[in-house]
Amino acid sequence: MTKILEVNDLMTRFHTTEGMVYAVNGISFHLDEGETLAVVGESGCGKSVTMMSILRLLPMPPAQIAGGTAIYLGQDLLKIPDHEMEHNIRGKEIAMIFQDPMTSLNPVLTIGKQITESLRTHMFMDQAAAERRAVELLEMVGLSDARQRLKAYPHQFSGGMRQRVMIAMALACNPSILIADEPTTALDVTIQAQIVELVIRLREQIHMAIIWITHNLGVVAGLADRVNVMYAGYIVEEANVEDIYEDPSHPYTNALLAALPRVDRRRDRRLKSIAGAPPSLLVEPHGCPFAPRCEYVVERCGMETPRLTPVGRDHAIACWVDIKTGAQR
Amino acid sequence: MSVTQPLVEVQNLKKYFPVTSGLFLQRKVGMVRAVDGVSFIINRGETLGLVGESGCGKTTAGRTLLGLYPATAGVVRIDGHDICSAKGRELLSIRRKAQMIFQDPYASLNPRWTVNAIVSEPLRVHKLIKNNKERSERVKELMGLVGLSGRLVNRFPHEFSGGQRQRIGVARALASEPLFIVCDEPISALDVSIQAQVVNLLEDLQDQFGLTYLFIAHDLSMVRHICDRVAVMYLGVIVELAERNELYEHYLHPYTRALLSAVPIPDPKKDRARQRIILTGDVPSPIHPPEGCRFHPRCPLAGEECRINDPQWREAAPGHWVACHKV
Repeated sequence: MTKILEVNDLMTRFHTTEGMVYAVNGISFHLDEGETLAVVGESGCGKSVTMMSILRLLPMPPAQIAGGTAIYLGQDLLKIPDHEMEHNIRGKEIAMIFQDPMTSLNPVLTIGKQITESLRTHMFMDQAAAERRAVELLEMVGLSDARQRLKAYPHQFSGGMRQRVMIAMALACNPSILIADEPTTALDVTIQAQIVELVIRLREQIHMAIIWITHNLGVVAGLADRVNVMYAGYIVEEANVEDIYEDPSHPYTNALLAALPRVDRRRDRRLKSIAGAPPSLLVEPHGCPFAPRCEYVVERCGMETPRLTPVGRDHAIACWVDIKTGAQR
Repeated sequence: MSVTQPLVEVQNLKKYFPVTSGLFLQRKVGMVRAVDGVSFIINRGETLGLVGESGCGKTTAGRTLLGLYPATAGVVRIDGHDICSAKGRELLSIRRKAQMIFQDPYASLNPRWTVNAIVSEPLRVHKLIKNNKERSERVKELMGLVGLSGRLVNRFPHEFSGGQRQRIGVARALASEPLFIVCDEPISALDVSIQAQVVNLLEDLQDQFGLTYLFIAHDLSMVRHICDRVAVMYLGVIVELAERNELYEHYLHPYTRALLSAVPIPDPKKDRARQRIILTGDVPSPIHPPEGCRFHPRCPLAGEECRINDPQWREAAPGHWVACHKV
């Protein structure tokens, strides 16, 4: 597999009136061609900020990319000029869809206008060609009466349909990477299932790589090839999808799965809850970020931040303790 | 009154909201039939789950049940008192026994009030403790019950995290020593690691005080975990109601089946292997619900009868109720 995107030691901070926010603290990961990578974590863990940093969508200041590289096909996305990013990468090579399709669509422009805009900017199509392509795209994401729909405004669509429109817009220029930031969180389960099915179908059709950001460990089980688990601005576990669910090796992943009830099983115990709350990002990280809530904590955890270290094939964790034996690494 | 009598009885409850048009002459142009005839009981000490997609009327049902919205029709009895006809002192005394926990821990706490003022409000409204000092003692005790330090009572809501705010909401609901609490999506705004904390807290409080819950949620996994019986709502009506394992393992209604098959399972092999029933389209408008069975336009089993007649609500197996022509 060739790596299509490789991020090394990315560090993103925000300068706020309350002090420095340590949002992303030196994370490294890669994305293979055509694969689906899930990034899982709770609110504030830095999963969205990571992707926004790579696409340079964060307002600077207050945001600051304090270090790292993001190599896409040989070029560092963090260093290329702004116009290059705007014209050749963002929305063309790497497209993004967001959680709330209502706020990410312009309410005063028709759907047709919004889809054709990117086709005209990036693909230099004329209006007629762009419209033909827009109809094709809307049909591809499963909207009926596509030609009439071009004249409709976002408020005339339901939540699930708006997300389909967002996906159509994202796919307009045949991107090689699609970043989906919690695309189904605002939707009902039956509509979520429709969208997941659509993405799986399109992935095979277009052969694009997907980064799927979510807080829901359930959704990605049937969708992802690999999973990164994030906590407080760090990747704490990285593995293929089977290992994450069958052999979770970081105490946080383990605890997260134990806190999740299952629809397919009878209740056999109380839920195992994780005591406390995630750490404040206003404090410079020191030691393992999960240490204050961890049941396996040892002295070293408070002093040294563990690096992501391989524990098996395609499986790495950032932890000083082996949770199966209790031994220190 | 015998102890075996159900704590909450709901019969043919309806709540319609008028749809108006025009700026000055507000003409009524239709009705949103948010809740259109639901009946169920909740036994003492039991947790009944009410599940369904957004817009199915589950929140409206919960609010109408407590008299927060006046019911359009139907009867709700809580501990023997009819909440729809009660007024004045009687209504106040029923409300003391029936409380609510809200979905959004940010919107449901007054940002200008201290935690002390928020949690002690039910004590003041119901004139339960008149002495100021005793009242703040009670607030501290309530904070302890929900796992927060009594020293935090002079702080404001914005100083707390989402999970802590939801605990404050629980403390407020407990203040008037209720028998019955409507939990309206109490965990859906919280992170996974915090959800389990709040669910365990609700269970502990139920054991400790013998509380009865109506647990409104769209997370079917959590509902299976916490509820004793589960009711499935679609477009203002209950389509199926059964004991939890009966419902999840021997569901009868095609909507329940589709809903359960759409819930993701955190197990890659199992999730990929199973048969999904993907419903097409969206939930129709509750202003003009479909004729006959309300689910028929999206139902894979729908036949001629389903388009014409409303299916009867019947007991298909002991304790297992369903409204469908095809089962």
